[in-house]
Amino acid sequence: MNIKSQKDFFAGLFYTVTGAAFAYGATSYNVGTGARMGPGYFPLLLGILLAIIGAFVMFKSLTVETQDGDKIGSWAWKPLLFIIAGNVLFGILLGGLPRFGVPAMGLIVAIFGTTLVVSLAGDVFKLKEVLILATILSIGSYGAFVKLLNLQFPVWPTFITG
Amino acid sequence: MELFDNLALGFGVAFTFQNLLYAFIGCLLGTLIGVLPGVGPVATIAMLLPATYALPPIAALIMLAGIYYGAQYGGSTTAILVNLPGEASSVVTMIDGYQMARKGRAGPALAAAGLGSFFAGCVGTLILAAFAAPLTEVAFKFGPAEYFSLMVLGLIGAVVLASGSLIKAVGMIVLGLLMGLIGTDVNSGVARFSFDIPELTDGVGFIVIAMGVFGYGEIISNLSKPEEEREVFTAKVTGLLPTAQDFKNMAPAVLRGTALGSALGILPGGGALLAAFAAYTIEKKTKLAPGEVPFGQGNIRGVAAPESANNAASQTSFIPLLTLGIPPNAVMALMVGAMTIHNIQPGPQVMTSNPELFWGLIASMWIGNAMLIILNLPLIGIWIKLLSVPYRWLFPAIVLFCAIGVYSTNNNTFDIWMVALFGVIGYGFIKLGMEPAPLLLGFILGPMMEENLRRAMLLSRGDWSVFVTRPLSASLLAVAVLLLIIVALPSIKSKRQEAFVEE
Repeated sequence: MNIKSQKDFFAGLFYTVTGAAFAYGATSYNVGTGARMGPGYFPLLLGILLAIIGAFVMFKSLTVETQDGDKIGSWAWKPLLFIIAGNVLFGILLGGLPRFGVPAMGLIVAIFGTTLVVSLAGDVFKLKEVLILATILSIGSYGAFVKLLNLQFPVWPTFITG
Repeated sequence: MELFDNLALGFGVAFTFQNLLYAFIGCLLGTLIGVLPGVGPVATIAMLLPATYALPPIAALIMLAGIYYGAQYGGSTTAILVNLPGEASSVVTMIDGYQMARKGRAGPALAAAGLGSFFAGCVGTLILAAFAAPLTEVAFKFGPAEYFSLMVLGLIGAVVLASGSLIKAVGMIVLGLLMGLIGTDVNSGVARFSFDIPELTDGVGFIVIAMGVFGYGEIISNLSKPEEEREVFTAKVTGLLPTAQDFKNMAPAVLRGTALGSALGILPGGGALLAAFAAYTIEKKTKLAPGEVPFGQGNIRGVAAPESANNAASQTSFIPLLTLGIPPNAVMALMVGAMTIHNIQPGPQVMTSNPELFWGLIASMWIGNAMLIILNLPLIGIWIKLLSVPYRWLFPAIVLFCAIGVYSTNNNTFDIWMVALFGVIGYGFIKLGMEPAPLLLGFILGPMMEENLRRAMLLSRGDWSVFVTRPLSASLLAVAVLLLIIVALPSIKSKRQEAFVEE
């Protein structure tokens, strides 16, 4: 059998699997009756509905012709990896990972780390430029978020401030 | 006149130095971020929301409204000057606006967009003020069954008026509803789908979803495209004011756009996008005056009409939110989230229990619109400079602001891990052609829908027919079904696709 629309097929598959997972999970809670709905009732209903919608989308993707097969195309692994990694690094540097003994390095270090990693996602990477950018962003964020808006951040590494 | 008393109260609240300042800052920040290519109003509001946490509720909402208008206007500026739409509804502005810019008439194009939006905003505000009170009366007659049906209608309306595949959009709504249910169930206290993670018992934060899907997903997708040649018209912006002939051509287009936008904005689904498209189509169908530039080659009407329609619709789309508490689109869904953070439950009770806030917000919308004119026309030079900043400096800053914003919501790094997850999911959505806006809408409405369904069914003792035997509820559902049928009809289906593929 030929997949006529690759995008729709996988979208449908995603719906069906997710819907089924939610519906299955909902059965572990008390479902109840229509008049006295338990916590499982509405999610079970929606999960089944989503699974049906997914099946319908998949069915359509196998039967309805599209012009070019509606290909998903290649994944942009590089931006995906570096953007997400930069984001995660921000969390690790800012708050630390107490469970693994990683100390909190604070906002400024986190901004430098994140800017460096995220910049790798682009086509051009010039270290000098990125360092200048990170410095500007650090000063700007410190001024705007910490001083002006009074948001609570650990600014410096914990082993310095104690 | 009660209307004027109310408006006077509102202006009394909004016209304090402090609130004017917040409206100004909101517009400024909103435009600043909104001008950046590829950052729409949803991402802008999500990114700037943390900036309002420390403010009192009224000031925070006023600032958010300012951010919203600023972001929208910023999107139009980008569309005209760089030929990149900041958001879907400025796609049509691009067609003629960019051509005007290429002919050295960027100034008049930006002024037309600004003045048209301002006029539309004034009318929209008046309509909002006039309709809010009577609609609130209706809202108090609503029982849980009516609310449930209204939400169904709202969600269906949102996908019918959007572009793209209908059934996939419905799927996104249901997915959003399900995700909204994650966390502790208010009735039984059971933590649902939380996998024994303590942070998940509070549910997934809507900022996390908005930033992950709209912020990171978009950036990753932008970076995967080869760097297009971006032509920015820095030098050519001279002479801001349109000529007398321009005004003559523009005025009827602005009027038509405003009327159309005001009407479509009230509809569930908040048709800012549809309004802009429809307004442009209507202008194209009208006859050209002798000596007028044809459409697609820089006709000023092609900028003025969709921009007015867009702004009028974004104004009137506050009506369902403020009177019924139901957000008609993703931006309004974010506003609900913002209000909840400030302990305001949007809905009919806001107007009676908190009239200062209600009318103050409406008055500040007008102020926000006026502010945009004052702010943007003189500052156009600065926005243009901002546009020539290379993307490789912008996206690290955007990622950073997203991360900071997410962290500051709860001061918890857990949210940062979640936004990473949703960034990946959001990119997947883009690759699979799944629209994220209905997801956010469903996410906000999920708990509300469940609650109303439960109450309605409890009152009816488990009888599902309650939704069709109560006349108000039945008619709301009937409209929803009708909408679905109309859109699914083959002849309309092709027309609908045509309408969203303009040029």
